[in-house]
Amino acid sequence: MTNRFRTPSGGRIDRRARVSFRFDGQTYDGFRGDTLASALIANGVHLVGRSFKYHRPRGFISAGSDEPNALVDVARDRARTAPNLRATQVELYEGLNATSQNRWPSLGFDAGAMNDLFSPFLPAGFYYKTFMWPAGAWKRFYEPKIRAMAGLGVAPTLPDPDRYTQNHAFCDVLVVGAGPAGLAAALAASESGAKVVLCDEQAELGGSLLAETTATIEGQPAAEWLSQTLATLTARDNVTLLPRTTAFGYFPHNLIALAERVTEHLASPDPNQPRERLWKVRAREVVIAAGALERPLVFPDNDRPGVMLADAGRTYLNRYGARVGERVVIFTAGDCGYRTALDLKAGGVAVVAVADLRAEVTGDLPARALAAGIDVRPATVVTGTSGRLRISAAHLAKVKDGAVGPSEKIACDALLMSGGLTPSVHLFSQSRGKLVWDEAAGAYLPGTSAERERSAGACRGVYGLAAVLEDGYAKGEAAASDARTHAAPGRAAAPASVAKGRAFNAAGDHASADGFIGATPHARNPAFVKAFVDWQNDVTVKDIKLATREGFRSIEHVKRYTTTGMATDQGKTSNMNALGIVSEAIGEAVPKIGLTTFRPPFTPTTFGIFAGEARGDLFDPVRKTAIHDWAAEHGATFEDVSLWKRAHYFPKAGEDMHAAVARECRAVRSSVGMFDASTLGKIEIVGPDAAEFMNRMYTNAWLKLAPGRLRYGVMLREDGFVMDDGVVGRMAEDRFHVTTTTGGAPRVLAHMEDYLQTEWPDLDVWLTSTTEQWAVIAVQGPKARAVLEPLVEGIDLSREAFPHMSVREGRICGVPTRLFSVSFTGELGFEVNVPATYGRAVWEAIFAAGEPFGITPYGTETMHVLRAEKGYIIVGQETDGTATPDDVGLGWAVGKAKKDFVGKRSLERAAFFRPDRKQLVGLLTKDPRTVLEEGAQVVADPKALVPVPMLGHVTSSYMSATLERSIALAVVKGGRARIGQTLVVPMPGRMIEVDVVEPVFYDPKGERLDG
Amino acid sequence: MLIIDCPWCGARPEVEFAYGGEAHIARPSDPSALSDQEWADFLYNRTNPKGLHAERWRHLHGCGRYFNAVRDTVSDFFVVTYKAGEPRPDAGTEGGDR
Ligand SMILES: [Zn+2]
Repeated sequence: MTNRFRTPSGGRIDRRARVSFRFDGQTYDGFRGDTLASALIANGVHLVGRSFKYHRPRGFISAGSDEPNALVDVARDRARTAPNLRATQVELYEGLNATSQNRWPSLGFDAGAMNDLFSPFLPAGFYYKTFMWPAGAWKRFYEPKIRAMAGLGVAPTLPDPDRYTQNHAFCDVLVVGAGPAGLAAALAASESGAKVVLCDEQAELGGSLLAETTATIEGQPAAEWLSQTLATLTARDNVTLLPRTTAFGYFPHNLIALAERVTEHLASPDPNQPRERLWKVRAREVVIAAGALERPLVFPDNDRPGVMLADAGRTYLNRYGARVGERVVIFTAGDCGYRTALDLKAGGVAVVAVADLRAEVTGDLPARALAAGIDVRPATVVTGTSGRLRISAAHLAKVKDGAVGPSEKIACDALLMSGGLTPSVHLFSQSRGKLVWDEAAGAYLPGTSAERERSAGACRGVYGLAAVLEDGYAKGEAAASDARTHAAPGRAAAPASVAKGRAFNAAGDHASADGFIGATPHARNPAFVKAFVDWQNDVTVKDIKLATREGFRSIEHVKRYTTTGMATDQGKTSNMNALGIVSEAIGEAVPKIGLTTFRPPFTPTTFGIFAGEARGDLFDPVRKTAIHDWAAEHGATFEDVSLWKRAHYFPKAGEDMHAAVARECRAVRSSVGMFDASTLGKIEIVGPDAAEFMNRMYTNAWLKLAPGRLRYGVMLREDGFVMDDGVVGRMAEDRFHVTTTTGGAPRVLAHMEDYLQTEWPDLDVWLTSTTEQWAVIAVQGPKARAVLEPLVEGIDLSREAFPHMSVREGRICGVPTRLFSVSFTGELGFEVNVPATYGRAVWEAIFAAGEPFGITPYGTETMHVLRAEKGYIIVGQETDGTATPDDVGLGWAVGKAKKDFVGKRSLERAAFFRPDRKQLVGLLTKDPRTVLEEGAQVVADPKALVPVPMLGHVTSSYMSATLERSIALAVVKGGRARIGQTLVVPMPGRMIEVDVVEPVFYDPKGERLDG
Repeated sequence: MLIIDCPWCGARPEVEFAYGGEAHIARPSDPSALSDQEWADFLYNRTNPKGLHAERWRHLHGCGRYFNAVRDTVSDFFVVTYKAGEPRPDAGTEGGDR
């Protein structure tokens, strides 16, 4: 295809490097240095998308990150497909493959465009009004239909094959934006040796200078000054330049998030390079030089392809050598439009008319336009446009004394609009600085700072090349100076330095503060007119006025009701005009209405950059015990318990979980099994006051526990609810070996540290986490003693010398051990603690010694079944943070004679004595084969009036191989008084009758514990 | 992300710390002497001010120490940090120094 709209020369594109690309299946040519947008415009393509709600044909509006319309899908392959990219920011590379979005079946003919005809039925708030009836229809019918018709691009379903990295960086001065203000700031800041980072979202640094053809700086053409300045900055070791890098978030204490696109612009990305890089920059000082955005004008049919921002038209011509049309009409509210008119005319474009909203048109730029023979029409508005997929005429009308006269159609293929400039205060506002309305600038400008930052140039309403350069230089100088004096990061303080400053000699046509906010007048029937305020969300003047008529006055409410400013462009082009329309409709001045909040990200940011390396195996740390590999080699399946991998069960060939668990349970009850309990939390509590500390932290009495004995401990929060439990061994007068639940270990240690450090710093006690130091092997079953006896040295394992709930130190397999006689199964049991490095060797030795007894390794599932048969609770399963010790049958573990312990006073509250508290009970289904679902509700009478009173829920439920029937634990209101009653567990389609029983199903007297 | 000044280690990023609720609420030395209402006040009622707030933090992924801080709940910024057991310092004017 030809580049029919390409100028014969000029621009910053590399005309020797031809680049072939595809858009919607058609092949085009462009040049290196083009964006997808500039290359399409050079080929005469303006129709690039369909709108979100009405499916109206849409073209480019801007030349930068503020683009609301030209969203495309760029695909390298099926996995490397990025939706919703702004064509104005997509750099062209050989073979680039882009498609338009939100159209079906094709861009030229779109079935959804009938929404446009039905638009009277799609007013503001239509989601809220129309689709609420009948109940349920939203989910079943409306939402899927609307999603299919509306919506933006489609995310790929394949995993992202690319790599994303994250960097931490520290600097004295971060400069955001590399236009004239940012460049001058970086020059000044780096002069003094300060470490400077300069970032800009564009591929080339230079900002507005990249589109300057006539301006001069220090006597040189702007482009020449730019390349010299970049060379100077590049040569300085203390400067880091980051093009293609968007500062998208400003977080407390000058943490700025930058998204760098590393390989996105390359035809063949280096696989060793990440696709994108997240920079977390901690800057002592920040200079925001974000520039300003041109505002559209809001007039009827202002969304026709070919209607664009004036400065965008100038940028396409000067920077990319691409003409936006051959016959152009300009609609302006200030001098900005004339700058474009003059450049376009010089570039060989016919500028057929300039419609100026102002009644009086004076000044240098309009005068030069008149002198150049351009038809300048003061007091003129655009009241409509013609054309279907591209503008063919603009309708111009005179305004006199507020009345709009008849319109005249002027043929054109592009209409450029300029409503003035909106300073880009996004980052400043994100930093929680206060914005103030500036009447002279007609804009919100940065006011009081919250962070150590300062704005420079157009983003604070300073216009004119020399003024911008001087402002930037002064801010850079001050930032570097403040970075030296306020050395400590994270100390916000008012900037104190006064910059010496530097004068710049610069000349050129510059932007000015004049402009217009709101909707321009027209004499047409508003009911049949669409004047767009927010292009991306299809919000019109009518929608906003309707919202105000329906009583919405706060701009935050108008925003949410009409969705204006809520699209992916976050209202960069629309917010101010929406304010102006609300202002006019409710008769309040713009600053009285307030402003919506600016939130990160400044432009849409990929999920990949946030995930960084934290994907797949690196998503979360994995904790494995010393015995993990043995279990894996012996066919264990694993389950995640907090970060731990725990052996779940050990299936033999042909066994499912149910069969494996039944076999493992029978082995423990009839002979012996072994279990890896290493994940239990362990804390060593040492010191002269260790027993006193234990006494205060746990409900139990500890002072009289003899060394060599174990005790089951219950820990409460101060509010009296069960927090954790575990077996504790007193190793010596001043030493306790505490165990906690697997998931609770860090919480318990923090809880203990809290009390020790802040309430009782007088206690002489030391706490050390020893979870990782010990491997723990539980050997359980009637043959447990016989298995261990030959392996142990220095410990008499006889029942008399080593009774249940004792601890002895000695050796096993030649390795030091703390041997517990303890059971979580109800059988005779031991827990062998050995240093973790010996864990596997000792495990294997015990396994070998147990072979004659058929020793069976078992996993967490069997452990759960065995303990449930005995009615032993699991904290977090039978408790939910609202259970007292008495609720779950642990009243016996509370030392009532103790004067105080954490949670004791709370246990005396009246509510804890209510008879209808939920209490732990056992449930037996009438049908022994029915296994209840954990979490199922328990009720007394399922036929009761809705809502049926809920008595409680099932907390644990298993098929018990030992009892050859199902068993369940539950917490039920007044449960202990209900023992003997029949209750009901309602499930979908059936009612399950259950008998309430004592929560101990097996060996209630505990006769098996001593073997 | 805030930078928090641990009185033991110095300035460190927020991710190293854990919040611990309002400071200077001492556990009663004899809880059994308190009425239910007094105990409930100790357990549950906090000042929740708009402005300067004395609160506990723990340098969890650092020295492990609990310490106290005065923070402005409007700006989110810290005014001062100090060791546990020390009295609340004069936190300066309302709003702090940002
Ligand atoms: Zn510390």
